[in-house]
Amino acid sequence: MHEYSIVQALLAQVTAEARNHGATAVRRVEISIGELAGVEPDLLETAFEYFRERTICTKAELVSRRIAAAWACRVCGRERRQQSYLRCERCARPFDLVRGDEIILDKIDMEVPDV
Amino acid sequence: MCDTCGCGDSSIVPVEIHENILADNDRVAGHNREHFAAASVTAINVMGSPGSGKTALLEATARVLSCRYGKDAPRLSALSGDLATDNDAVRLCNAGIDSRSITTGSACHLDARMVHDALHDSSGLNWQGSGYLFIENVGNLVCPAIYDLGQTANVICLAVTEGEDKPLKYPVMFRKADLVVLTKTDLESHLPGFDIAELEDALARVMPAPRMIRVAALAEDGVDPWIDWLDALPSGAGAVR
Ligand SMILES: Nc1nc2c(ncn2[C@@H]2O[C@H](COP(=O)(O)OP(=O)(O)O)[C@@H](O)[C@H]2O)c(=O)[nH]1
Ligand SMILES: [Mg+2]
Ligand SMILES: [Zn+2]
Ligand SMILES: [Zn+2]
Ligand SMILES: [Zn+2]
Repeated sequence: MHEYSIVQALLAQVTAEARNHGATAVRRVEISIGELAGVEPDLLETAFEYFRERTICTKAELVSRRIAAAWACRVCGRERRQQSYLRCERCARPFDLVRGDEIILDKIDMEVPDV
Repeated sequence: MCDTCGCGDSSIVPVEIHENILADNDRVAGHNREHFAAASVTAINVMGSPGSGKTALLEATARVLSCRYGKDAPRLSALSGDLATDNDAVRLCNAGIDSRSITTGSACHLDARMVHDALHDSSGLNWQGSGYLFIENVGNLVCPAIYDLGQTANVICLAVTEGEDKPLKYPVMFRKADLVVLTKTDLESHLPGFDIAELEDALARVMPAPRMIRVAALAEDGVDPWIDWLDALPSGAGAVR
C-alpha cells in the first residue's frame, strides 16, 4: 500500500521543517490530496497514525483537504463536464488537468519554545 | 507550557509549506532523466495488472525487432520490478534483452530511487548501450503511475480479459498513459461480451490523448505498430506527465 510510503515521505518532510524551526513538537499537519492523485485520504490517515509514533508528530493531527479534479481547454478556456470526454469539441484538442493531481504539504502547526 | 516554575514556555507557530510530498521522488526522477538523455536512451515505463502480458510484450518486441532489423536492431535493456522473484528478468534475458530485476519486497510500485540505484548498480546491466530501456513496473493498476521514474513514456498493458471498464475504475493510472497496449487479442474470439467500442469510449474519458494498439504477443500479431510507435519517440527525452 503506497499510502505508507507517502506518509513516510511526509513525516521526513515535516521532521526536517520542525527541526529547522527549532520545534519540540508538531500539533497539526495540513495536506491537500487531489481526486486524481491516487491516494486514499482514509488510508493515509491510518498510516499516519501508525507511523507518527516515536516521531516529532506523535501528538500531531493530520488534516487532509480533498481537491476535486478540474479539466479545461487551454485554447478557449472551456471546462469539462463531469465524466465526459477529455477533448474540447470546439477546438478539437485535449483538455489539460487544471487541478486534482496534487499531493501537497500545506501547513504545519509546531510547538516552538519561547526565547 | 509551565506557569508554575517557568521552565520554558512555548508557542504554537503555524508554518506555511506548500510543497509536493513526492518532491524527493520527482527530484531523483529528474536526475534519471538526465542520465537517459546523456546516454540517448529512451526509457519506457511499462505498467499494468499482474499477468496482463507485460513481459510477453517485451519478449515479442525483441523477436520482432531482430527479424525486422537483423544485426542492426536497436539493443534493448530492461529493469523489472518484482516483489520476490527474478523470473521476468530471466525470461527477458532469454529473449535477448539485457535485464536485471529490482526486488521491491513489499513495495507495490517502483520509485525513482530504486531505478536510480539499479542504473548505478555494478552488476553490469549495459543500459547505456541500449536504444530502449524498458522498466517493467510492479503489476498493479493503482499506484505505479504516481511515481515518476524519469521515463520518456508511460505504457499500460491491458489484456482483453480484464474488462472494458478498467480505465474508468483506475483513472489515475490511465490518465498518465501515453499508450495503452491491448494485449492477448488472440483471445477476443473467446470473449463474446468483449466490446472494443466500449473500451475506446472509456479511454476517451480518462486519457487526454487516447492511443491504443492491439497486440497478440505470443502470436506476434500487431507488434509492428507498437514498434513504429516506439520508433517515433524522442530518444532520451520526454515530458514529465
Ligand atoms: N493467449 C495469450 N496469452 C498471453 C499473451 N501474452 C501473454 N500471455 C499469457 O499471459 C500470462 C501472463 O503473461 P506475462 O507476460 O507473464 O504477464 P505480466 O505479469 O504482465 O508480465 C502468461 O501465461 C502468458 O503466456 C497473448 O498475447 N496471448
Ligand atoms: Mg512480468
Ligand atoms: Zn477549446
Ligand atoms: Zn505502490
Ligand atoms: Zn546518478
